[in-house]
Amino acid sequence: MQPTSAAFKQRSRQAIANPVLQKALQNIRPGFQQKRAKAVAQLPEFEALRDEARDLKNHVLAHLDVYLQRFEAKVQESGGQVHWARTAGEACDAVLGICQAAGATLVTKGKSMVAEEIGLNSRLEAAGLTVVETDLGEYIIQLRHEMPSHIIAPALHLTKTEIAAAFMQAHVDLPADRPLDEPRALTDEARLMLRQKFLGAQVGITGANLLIAETGSTVIVTNEGNGDLTQNLPGIHIVVTSIDKVVPTLEDASTILRLLARSATGQEFSAYTTVSTGPKRRGDMDGPDEFHVVLVDNGRSSILGGPTQDVLRCIRCGACMNHCPVYAAVGGHAYGWVVPGPIGAALDPGMIGLEEARHLPHASSFCGRCEEVCPMRIPLPKIMRYWREQTFTRKLDPASARYGIGAWAWLARRPRLYHWTTGLAARTLGLLGGRRRRFKWLPMAGGWTAHRDLPAPEGRTFLAQWRAEEKRRARAGAP
Amino acid sequence: MVDTPPQHSPEAPRRVALFVTCVVDFFRPTVGFAAVRLLERAGCKVEVPPTQVCCGQPAYNSGDRAAAIAVAKDVVAAFDGYDHVVVPSGSCGAMIRVHYPKLLGDDPDWGPRAHRVASRTHELVSFLTDVCGVDSVADLGTAGTVTYHDGCSGLREMGIKQQPRKLLASIPGLELKDMLDAEVCCGFGGTFCVKYPDISGEMVRKKAETIAQTGAAMVLAGDVSCLLNIAGKLSREGHKVEARHVAEVLAGMTDVPPIGAAKGE
Repeated sequence: MQPTSAAFKQRSRQAIANPVLQKALQNIRPGFQQKRAKAVAQLPEFEALRDEARDLKNHVLAHLDVYLQRFEAKVQESGGQVHWARTAGEACDAVLGICQAAGATLVTKGKSMVAEEIGLNSRLEAAGLTVVETDLGEYIIQLRHEMPSHIIAPALHLTKTEIAAAFMQAHVDLPADRPLDEPRALTDEARLMLRQKFLGAQVGITGANLLIAETGSTVIVTNEGNGDLTQNLPGIHIVVTSIDKVVPTLEDASTILRLLARSATGQEFSAYTTVSTGPKRRGDMDGPDEFHVVLVDNGRSSILGGPTQDVLRCIRCGACMNHCPVYAAVGGHAYGWVVPGPIGAALDPGMIGLEEARHLPHASSFCGRCEEVCPMRIPLPKIMRYWREQTFTRKLDPASARYGIGAWAWLARRPRLYHWTTGLAARTLGLLGGRRRRFKWLPMAGGWTAHRDLPAPEGRTFLAQWRAEEKRRARAGAP
Repeated sequence: MVDTPPQHSPEAPRRVALFVTCVVDFFRPTVGFAAVRLLERAGCKVEVPPTQVCCGQPAYNSGDRAAAIAVAKDVVAAFDGYDHVVVPSGSCGAMIRVHYPKLLGDDPDWGPRAHRVASRTHELVSFLTDVCGVDSVADLGTAGTVTYHDGCSGLREMGIKQQPRKLLASIPGLELKDMLDAEVCCGFGGTFCVKYPDISGEMVRKKAETIAQTGAAMVLAGDVSCLLNIAGKLSREGHKVEARHVAEVLAGMTDVPPIGAAKGE
């Protein structure tokens, strides 16, 4: 997909002014934060599990080639095929090739952020295929021609009013006066519309939360069951996934699964955890006749071995964005690419380039709440800081900011001059602060005073007063 | 490389260097005097190294690592040799304690000194409780309901949560009422509030709202930078809540007007 991250500032301003989005964002606290906190509190070994998962994924990343090749061999052993894709274009080509070889016209699709990343839908649609998203959130944003605003809740930016409007507009064969006020009515209607698609599709595409090297299996976790219908009913199942998802064993997968749902939705386990190993075998009741795995790199291998490698530990639980006060203010679309929030700020510059994404690692107060909740212990602020340093070194930020910091650093290294300057400024502003002790507006502080008053300094600086205090104490013979 | 802080003997008072921070020095000297008062009451001998300026966060958080390193060296040079370095800010304290070793640790000359200063650096309130063993403060007549904002760096990098609450609880007339999301950032974030003023403004709007919802007469925190932000938003929104550094209350210095407001406003 085409990133729009360079427009982060404008888009974040629009997001803050959007009342629907702001209302929708209020659901994050009860819907994600409180549920996660409760689930974590009920698992005494949660912190130990985080350490284990971090170490596990570090081990995998250090031997990624080995595990990916083992995975490929096992997929082939079980009768499936692996397609390696270096770029988004190669990945789309692989999927389209499989669809066209099968003469497919209708494709159902489970939620996949990798598919979003590579722009799969538009590529398939351009080739004349009909693609139907079957995850409720993805289905809604497909109707609205939007991109996901959250990696596990793609339609998080909407309330039921907008969803009902989208259904009214799209489902023209249903009575126009039907009631759609209740969430239940919306899910029932989506089920009704999707059921025909599940049965009619020739190809089902899903993502994967995990790949298991020892068995050649792919794993999806869902809460709607749509993924199972997507991958079991059509004759062909294509898994579109990325190279960072592999773990060595089923046991390792379970370590990560114990963290994933708790961190994401506060569930102990998601409603459905589905392990797929190859196509339908002789004697199997159901399952696809063909099983394909498209393994997408799309820039990940260039992150591997570098200073931001830790981002590849991410299991896409969304906890960082669910706890990020910046995400809570602007939502996901402002970030301008498929992965928003703190993990986006750490990952996206490596994926889409720092020129495009430079705002994202800067738009953080470094509050550290993301790192606090990340189940994989990704040091998100540290990686954002790395990107800030790259921005500075490569002179990608505005010259005014660079000169400002330069001037400040020059002054900060000259204590006498610094104290004289700040002493004068503090006395002046202290006087100007008047009786109310604050400024509603001040030249060069417009960004601050647009939203809040600026408290006035008390007057003389501490260090100036302390010099006088020391003299007074010396005269009084005090310690 | 971790340095063991000197053992305290009753005969020799702890020799404490106060790093007052550039924000306190410029905006709120009262906090510096409150810190001196609290440290002296806890039996410390307080010195204020006169060449101190800033911890270097503006450069560090802007990606100018070279400037941050230069400033960090100046701080290390000024504060090396004391028993402890005490900072009335979780953020600037964490910069020295947590981040200086990352900036200077690999330098053969500066690394050992940076580690020494870092391991002896403490945020003020946690120093009083955890190092000096202070568990109550003198009742100096401050009364009413207060709420406490947990500054991010103090909370997450320095482990400061119960320490200020414990000392506040020792003041008989004071009632602490927690705000919703006390651990959520106020939106200051150093240069962040200047570079992304709209997002910062939205974050502090929520913070001011949750503070006002408590009905407390006073909001306290361990960082003047957060408090400038919070006080500015409270007054802009017309909320009559006083904003003060927690040290002002603990030292009984609430006769000074609150941050960004006239006395008794």
